[in-house]
Order: sequence, then C-alpha cells, then structure tokens
Amino acid sequence: MNVLHDVLQFIINALSLGGLYALMALGLVIVYGILRLVNFAYGELVMVAGYTLLMLGAGPIPWLIVAVISIGMAVLTSLLLERVAFRPVRQASATTMLITSFAVSALLQNMAILFISPRAKAVTTPSFFTENFQVGDLLISKGNLASLVVSLVLLGLLTLFLRRTLLGIALRAAADDFVMTRLVGIRANQVIATAFAISGFLAGVVALFWIGRLGSVGPFVGSTPVLVAFVAAVVGGMESLTGAVIGGYLLGALTVGLQLMLPQSLLDYRQAFVFAIVLLVLLFRPQGLVRGTATAERV
Amino acid sequence: MLNVENIHAGYGAIIALRGVSLHVEAGELVGLVGANGAGKSTLMATIAGVLRPTRGEITFEGQSLLGLSPEEILRRGIALVPEGRRIFPSLTVGENLRLGATIRRDQKGVERDIEEMCTRFPILGKRFHQAGGTLSGGEQQQLAIARALMSRPRLLMMDEPSLGLSPILVDEVFAMIVQLRASGVTVLLVEQNVERTLDIADRVYLLNTGRVECEGVPEQLRKQVDIVGAYLGDVRGREVSG
Repeated sequence: MNVLHDVLQFIINALSLGGLYALMALGLVIVYGILRLVNFAYGELVMVAGYTLLMLGAGPIPWLIVAVISIGMAVLTSLLLERVAFRPVRQASATTMLITSFAVSALLQNMAILFISPRAKAVTTPSFFTENFQVGDLLISKGNLASLVVSLVLLGLLTLFLRRTLLGIALRAAADDFVMTRLVGIRANQVIATAFAISGFLAGVVALFWIGRLGSVGPFVGSTPVLVAFVAAVVGGMESLTGAVIGGYLLGALTVGLQLMLPQSLLDYRQAFVFAIVLLVLLFRPQGLVRGTATAERV
Repeated sequence: MLNVENIHAGYGAIIALRGVSLHVEAGELVGLVGANGAGKSTLMATIAGVLRPTRGEITFEGQSLLGLSPEEILRRGIALVPEGRRIFPSLTVGENLRLGATIRRDQKGVERDIEEMCTRFPILGKRFHQAGGTLSGGEQQQLAIARALMSRPRLLMMDEPSLGLSPILVDEVFAMIVQLRASGVTVLLVEQNVERTLDIADRVYLLNTGRVECEGVPEQLRKQVDIVGAYLGDVRGREVSG
C-alpha cells in the first residue's frame, strides 16, 4: 500500500513538473529548430509574464484574466525581440545570434533591477496553487494537477497545429530546410514570427505555474527555467520537438525521483545528481535521445 | 520570358558567375551544361533569389527580379527543383506536396493537383503518408519535381535532376522532362549529362568557369563537340555520388 502510494505520488509529481519542463524546452527548441538560435532571453519572457502577474495580480482584475494578459505580454515581448534584436542579425553567424540573445537577456534583467527592484517580490497567487485535496490517502496539490493537465492539453494542441495547419507544417518544414521553405513560397518572416510567438506563449504559460510554485518574481526568475529548458532540450535532442518533450518529462521525473529517493543529507545536492545523470546520457548519446532530421537524413 | 543579362555573382570572395547572359522563351526547353564548378547551380540560385547578384539584370516577363525574395519570385511563376532534391525529410509525402502549393488559395484545385501528382508519380501515392526522408533517391527526385509543379509554375528550373540516380531512373527523369515540356511548362534544365540534354533540349548553353562558353541549338553544339570534350572530359562515363 505504501509503495503504491509512493509510486502514484511520484507519477503525478513527475508528470506535473515534467510537463512544465517540456513546455519550457519546447519554447526554446521551436525557435532553435528554425534559426539555430538558442534564445537565452527566453527566461526573460518568463520574467516579463511574472512581472505582469505581479503588477496586475494585486488589483481588482480576476486572476484568470491577469493570467491571459501575462501570457499576452510574453508573446508580445517575444515578437518584439525577434523584430528588434534578432531579425537584424539573422544573416549573421550562429555565434552572433547567440551573443545577441545573451545581450538581450542581460538588458532585460538589468532593466528589471533598475526600474522595478533588484529583489524578488511576492506575487499574490490564487490560493488554488497551494491547496491540496485528498484521494484516498493520496495528497494531490491542485497546482500540480493543473500544470499536469495544462501541459498535456497544450502539447496536444501544439501537435494538432503542427500537423493539421499549413502554417504548422511550414514550421516543421522550416526546421528541416529553411531556404527550401522559402523556395516553396513560405514567407520567412511569417514563419519565424510564428515560432517566436509560440515560444513567448509557452514562456507565459510556464511563468504562471513556475511563479505560482515560487510565490515570487525577481529579475532572475527566468534563469532556472531557461537552464532547465536548455538541458532538457539537449538531452532530448535539440533538433527534435519530440525530443524536447521527452527530455522535459525525463528531467522532471529525474528531479522528482531524486527528491523522493535521496537521503535528507544529500537532498541539497539534488541538482548535482541530475546534471551528473544528464552528463552520462550525453556521453552515450551526444546527439540527444531523439535524433533530428538534419542528422538522420537518408540519401 | 526569362532574360538574364551580364550577371555577376559569388559567395564572399569567390566569384562564381562572371557576366552570364541567357534567355528562355515561353514553351522552350533550355539546357544548361558545364562541368562541376562552372556556375550552373549558382545561376539557378541567383535567378531563384537565394543569392543576390553583384551586377547585372534578371527580368521575367518584362519585370525585374532583382532584390526580390525567393518567396516573391516563386509567386511570379518561377519554381526551382534544387540540387540534391531537398525534399523536407521529416514531413510526409503529402505534406511536402501540400507545401509546394503554399502560394495557391484554391483549396479544391490543390487537392485535385495532389491527386494528379499521385497518378503521374504512382510511388508518391503509395508512400503518401510516409516521411519524405524514408524515400529512395529516385522517389525523392519525383517528389521534388512534383512539389515544384504544385505551385503551377510558368517556368520550371531543374538543377541536376538525374544526379545520383540509377540509369533506369535517369531515363525516367528525362522522359518526364520531355513530357512536362509537352504539357506546356517552360523548362530550364541544368545537367552534367550533356549527351542526354542535347537529345531533348531546344537550345543549350555551355557554361565554363562562370561564363557562357557557347550557346545554340543541339546540332550546333554537337559540331563543337571538341570544345565540349575539352572542357568536360567524358561526361557520359562520369560516376556520380549522392
């Protein structure tokens, strides 16, 4: 009974955290697939959504509407960054784009430090996030359950979009061969803007749950999500959306699993264990778990 | 229809085209032959808008193409079947075909054309739900051509469609080109297979190190076979690697 309880608890928590990680990784990989840009300013999209939650959350507006506005802000910021920062250097080398993303990330963090506060501020989140309910002797957090469901639903919707719509198919094609995508008449700017919009949307959704868990938002609130996203994407395979999702869930399961299994004295080193295992995976599969099309192409 | 005048282009410091001029008239099948590195693919890429020329003028149906993006040039009616086929490997055959018709708004017509392509290239119908990357070289070539046709181009440019194919498939590809031309599509064909190109083309240009070496109807070029031999060696016996 006790074992079953633990296993169920593990599954729920792993799917909840893993789903969140999967969304983070997807937001990063959807842009990387097309531009070969690891957008390290991705974390700052989480931050922007977080500050929107902070500023509007205390007011009279219902939380659900605040949440929608926050996601919208992350999308807008993402589109703005693409237009202002990344489009001008699109023709330049991958390194230039990478450095641009670091610069944008630092700029946004410092703006937050300067204009808002260097310190994290408490965000009023709905009590929902901290409430639990009992099923048998299983204690389930509503926040966890919500992130589990929301991430699965979003993954489903995103899959539908990528498979069923012309724009979605174009996005996948662009990840295969960007120049060829243009040669069949798909407008480059439109595809890239769509990728950034989706990336911003995912960052916004992630922000709701991430900041819901933390209960506060500060200038560096995005650094963990972007790191997690990057690691999950590398483990899963940078060139595959499926890989990003698998990497996210794996990392989530690993984190939750270690939390359960490690003795109390080692719990502080949980992240070190996670990364050691990640290193091991990469030693045996440097391409990540799922190979992308660029590497698996058959002649 | 297509007029290329004194085009210079290159990649950074490497100059690939040094003043190439050629023209293609509506309904023609024009061949473009030459050795590796003669600039054939560069010329194709320049016309398609992937590469910006440093000098010269390109007009299509009287309008300049210079400075237009590849997506805009396709909308003007020029489609490219690029070197190496470049089908989308992770997309299904059906999705590849659908994307070929990106610029079209007539949903019904697109669906009809997809069906037609599957009749014309039965293997595409058979592998309709399979990922493009799982197709063999010859099948991919058919898909690449079908995808280009989905945009209903007035000018179809093909860059080495026979490259890496078995002799039987090469026959098929050339038969297909003849058939396309008979159906009214204007074709600009880049080939290393000089002999086969001379067999089917209305006119042929011989490109050498970025310049047009000679041009004319196939009989004319055959007479200058010494030149062809001198520049290309024994082309027929050339082994190709994919």
